Amino acid sequence: MSKSTLTRRGVLRTGAVAGAGVALPTIFTSSAASAFTNEPTGGTVTLGFNVPQTGPYADEGADELRAFELAVEHLNGGGDGGMINTFSSKTLDGTGILGKKVEYVTGDTQTKSDAARASAKSMIEKDGAVMISGGSSSGVAVAVQGLCQEAGVIFMAGLTHSNDTTGKDKKANGFRHFFNAYMSAAALAPVLSKMYGNDRKAYHLTADYTWGWTQQESIQAATEALGWETVNNVLTPLAQTDFSSYIAPVLNSGADVLVLNHYGGNMVNSLTNAVQFGLRDKQVNGKNFEIVVPLYSRLMARGAGENVKGIFGSTNWHWSLQDEGSKAFVKSFGTKYGFPPSQAAHTCYVQTLLYADAVQRAGSFNPCEVGAALEGFEFDGLGNGPTLYRADDHQCFKDVLVVRGKENPESEFDLLEVVEVTPRAQVEYAPDHPMFSGGNLGSCNPGA
Amino acid sequence: MDAIILQILNGLDKGSAYALIALGLTLIFGTLGVVNFAHGALFMIGAFCAVTLNRILTLSHQVVDESRKDFLGNPLKVDVPYVNDWFGEAAGATIIDWSVPLAILFSIPVMIAIGVIMERGLIKHFYRRPHADQILVTFGLAIVLQEIIKYFYGANPIPTPAPDVFRGSFDFGVLLGFDPNVIIYPYWRLVYFAFAALIVGAVFAFLQFTTFGMVVRAGMADRETVGLLGINIDRRFTIMFGLAAAVAGLAGVMYAPINSPNYHMGMDFLVLSFVVVVVGGMGSLPGAVLAGFVLGVLESFASMNEIKTILPGIDQIIIYLVAIIILLTRPRGLMGRKGVMED
Repeated sequence: MSKSTLTRRGVLRTGAVAGAGVALPTIFTSSAASAFTNEPTGGTVTLGFNVPQTGPYADEGADELRAFELAVEHLNGGGDGGMINTFSSKTLDGTGILGKKVEYVTGDTQTKSDAARASAKSMIEKDGAVMISGGSSSGVAVAVQGLCQEAGVIFMAGLTHSNDTTGKDKKANGFRHFFNAYMSAAALAPVLSKMYGNDRKAYHLTADYTWGWTQQESIQAATEALGWETVNNVLTPLAQTDFSSYIAPVLNSGADVLVLNHYGGNMVNSLTNAVQFGLRDKQVNGKNFEIVVPLYSRLMARGAGENVKGIFGSTNWHWSLQDEGSKAFVKSFGTKYGFPPSQAAHTCYVQTLLYADAVQRAGSFNPCEVGAALEGFEFDGLGNGPTLYRADDHQCFKDVLVVRGKENPESEFDLLEVVEVTPRAQVEYAPDHPMFSGGNLGSCNPGA
Repeated sequence: MDAIILQILNGLDKGSAYALIALGLTLIFGTLGVVNFAHGALFMIGAFCAVTLNRILTLSHQVVDESRKDFLGNPLKVDVPYVNDWFGEAAGATIIDWSVPLAILFSIPVMIAIGVIMERGLIKHFYRRPHADQILVTFGLAIVLQEIIKYFYGANPIPTPAPDVFRGSFDFGVLLGFDPNVIIYPYWRLVYFAFAALIVGAVFAFLQFTTFGMVVRAGMADRETVGLLGINIDRRFTIMFGLAAAVAGLAGVMYAPINSPNYHMGMDFLVLSFVVVVVGGMGSLPGAVLAGFVLGVLESFASMNEIKTILPGIDQIIIYLVAIIILLTRPRGLMGRKGVMED
């Protein structure tokens, strides 16, 4: 007679462990057959485009989505090929990626971190997306980048300008083509010095969140290095709409420059309010009062109307650039949609091509091999001159555009004029620069 | 001293918007007993009346200018407004320039119609339902209205400038004996304040000195008795809803040059306006106006650097802090009447 070793507790314990294993989200596991998360097995590969389709940045998100659609069309051999023809790397031939037809799914970030993570998770888990891209906010980019790192897919960031994205919050699976707050400041400062001199007193209004803080820190450091004095830095709530009570104290603060570390609706309203209060007509310390907007977006600048005229700022890319890559992209986009692309559209289009090219060169969709192909990659022909995807922090280094609100625009798109293309060398910094310290790339996660 | 005067001006200006929205909210609550969370959306639609009229006045036909190129290198198609063809270039430009003041006339019938349709089509079905149901349905309506606006106008703010003659700032300091350029205030914001005072005065005069207003006031005090006297109070209350919508719409029209209209602007004002109504006293029209200006001024003072240095973040909570203090010390608000929302 044999004695059974089965006990009630043993059965329950085994059942619980087995149940937990089955219930574990599939994005944090890998099937025995896959070496990495969402390894494409059929004739197609799915990319996930996570953009704000609702909320205050919905128009920017719509432009990103147009760019993604165009990139997918070009990767699959449709249209005129756009920047594939001017890209220095020649691995893309219009047959998809590694011979697989490119398909895509979309998510709505709503410009909210939790919603963006949920939509990215859904695209990875349910739709099998092997790469996530897009977004129009640094808060969202940092959140989604973290999720992609955990899930084992590549994140090709969209419009995110905070130093933190490739600074203290950088991740091995995340890559940023867009420039950052430090680069804006480094590019702007010499132009501001040339235009306004080195004896200036600056008053900062700063959006009270991660991007605002890093933008303010960067521009303050760069202008103080010129000899400018910082009179005050006032943090403004992100939800603020009427900035009159923040602008009024500027009038008699002794400052002769107002720096608006604001983006989107904040920028439109604070700039409009500042102009309404006659700041640009004032003389302070024997000089004309000036306003600076470190990060410009053409889509947002439209909201401020004529108030942007003559105001300096920086931008990642502009449709009026005359290099072959930019011309090809503007032609493709303009022909398809009837208007020129925004900088958000440009960075999203370029990120998609860069990802596809990296897969081609790596010969695999494995995120670790794709990441290795992107790290230290030097390329040209995508609109910003010779560019490096630095291995240390996954930040692209390229020329930065200093722009000014155009005095006599010829169309509703003709709002900014490029006044200087700041060379890449001038905006580079060491990987351990204090403004970017505190983070660690960690190691690549293939999700296996 | 100059900083204090500037913040008082700012506060009165902010208070103008709060008071106008709160006035409409109180009118609706006082007459119909409905807590209307869609009132902010009416303010937003008012601002978009200004945008819409501007777009109507700038309706254009295209003329090809061979000497200029578009972004694709093709000959530039230049938009020529029809008003330029009809009235000449100078007169056409002037009409477009004055589109915001003209939108006042445009918005009044539009807003009254929207208000009446809203009341007859939806809100009247919720008169006898709990306030929670009214809040849910009107909040849902507000979201629907703002999504409709976003669908047609996009998510980005749309610049809607004031007429050229109102650009720039008025030098208040010189009047008060200060040096030039010490206390300056934008002309259009002064116009907004004067306009708000005019509208508030007109609403009060209408309620105080007309038979219609007298009946409405009587209905607000005792709806049942007025009904027993054979007066169709419901019809008058519907008209009051339309008028309240028009007041919110006019506030929005005139606000358009201050901050470029966007689909979300109603929500930005809604919560603040409710706090204004509660602080002023539910159902009290003078209370709503008084609280609007008081809270506007306090909010402006709280944004002063000197205050924020001592109490960081006070600018973000001041209105709610005052509301808590008022409700603890005067539960009916500054000028609330006994019996309103106390059953």
